[in-house]
Amino acid sequence: MGIPSGRSCPLSEPPSKSSVPTEDADSEPRPGRARKPIGWSTIIIAALVAVSVALVWRRDGTDGVLDILTHDLSLFGGILPRVLAGCLLGAFISEILPHEKVSRSLGPSSGLMGLLIGTAFGAILPGGPFTAYPVASALLAVGADFGATIAMVVSWTLIGYGRAVAWEIPIMGTDFTLWRIVISLPLPVLAGALGRFVYVRLYPKPPAKDDEN
Amino acid sequence: MSAALLIDILLWGSVFGVGLIAFRRGPPVFRASLREGTMDFINIVPRIALGVIGSGYIAAIIPQEVISGWLGPDSGWLGVAAAVVAGAATPGGPVIGFSIGTVALKSGGGVPQVVAYVVAWALFAFQRVILWEIPFMPARFVWFRCAVSVPFPFVAAAIAMVIGKP
Repeated sequence: MGIPSGRSCPLSEPPSKSSVPTEDADSEPRPGRARKPIGWSTIIIAALVAVSVALVWRRDGTDGVLDILTHDLSLFGGILPRVLAGCLLGAFISEILPHEKVSRSLGPSSGLMGLLIGTAFGAILPGGPFTAYPVASALLAVGADFGATIAMVVSWTLIGYGRAVAWEIPIMGTDFTLWRIVISLPLPVLAGALGRFVYVRLYPKPPAKDDEN
Repeated sequence: MSAALLIDILLWGSVFGVGLIAFRRGPPVFRASLREGTMDFINIVPRIALGVIGSGYIAAIIPQEVISGWLGPDSGWLGVAAAVVAGAATPGGPVIGFSIGTVALKSGGGVPQVVAYVVAWALFAFQRVILWEIPFMPARFVWFRCAVSVPFPFVAAAIAMVIGKP
C-alpha cells in the first residue's frame, strides 16, 4: 500500500518530492501537498479588503471598522476548530486512499464513472466548506483530475444534504428545495465533463502516459 | 445551536474514523498525516483570517438591498443573467442568500430567475470562494472551477422553465 514502485502507475502527476521506494515505503509519509506561497489570488483579495476597510472607515469611522473587526474575530475563533478538523480529515484521507485506485477511478481517463463517483462522494460528504474543500484538495493530491474534483465540489454545493437541511429547507421551504435539487441533479456531471473537455484543450500536453484520447 | 453541535459531532466523528484507519496502517503513517494536517492548518490560518475578516468588510460595502434590487420581477434571460450576477455578489452566509431568494419569490420574482440565483450563489458566491475555496484549494483549480461553472445557473434556469414550478 505504499508508493507504487515497479509497475507503471497511472498517476496523473508524478509526486513532487522524489521518495525512494525502499522496503520501508509503507511507513514513508506521502509527499506532502505543495504548500502554496502567497499567490496572486491572496494579493488581490488583500487589496480588495484594504479598499473595503478604507471605504467602511470613510463611511462609518473607526467605530464602524472596529465593530466589524470584533464581530469577525469572534466568527474566526468559532471557525478555527472546524478548520483544524477539516485539515486533519483531508490529511488522513490523502494518506489512507491508495493513489493508484484513486487515479484509476477518479483520474483523467476515468470517464463518466469517475464523474459519477465524484458526484456521489460530494453528495454524501458530511460537514460544511471546512470539510469539502480540504477533502477535494486531498483528492486532487492523490490523483483525481480536475473533472472529477469539479463534479465533487459542484455536487457538494448543489445536491449535498448539509446546507439543504440546515438552511435551505427552513428558509425556502421543502417544496422549493427538493425541486431545486432535482433540477440540479445533472449539473455536477455536466460541470465535470465540461471541465475535462476544457482542461484537455487548455493544457494539451498530458502529464501522464495514458494519453489515448 | 443543536445543528451546529450535530455538524461538529459528524465532523470530529469522521476525523476520528479516518484517523483510526490511518492508525491501523501503523503509527508512523498516523503520525505523518497528523503532522501533515497540522501543518496544513497552520499554513491556512492566515488565509482564513484574511477571508473571514476581509469578507466582513467587503460585505459591509455591498448592501443587501443592492443585491435584491437585481432580482426584480424581470422575467426572461436578462433577468436570469442579473440573478447570476446577484448570486455571485451576495455577501454573507446561507441565511442571507436564501432569504434574498425567498423575498424575491414572494415579491413576484420569476421562479427560473430565483433558481438561477440560488444555484449561482451556491456555485460562486464571492465570500465562500474567498473565505474557503481559495485558501484550501490550488488557486488555478478554483478559477478553473468557477469559469467552468458559469453556464450552469443558466442551464438550471432553462430546466426550470421547461419543467415548470415546484
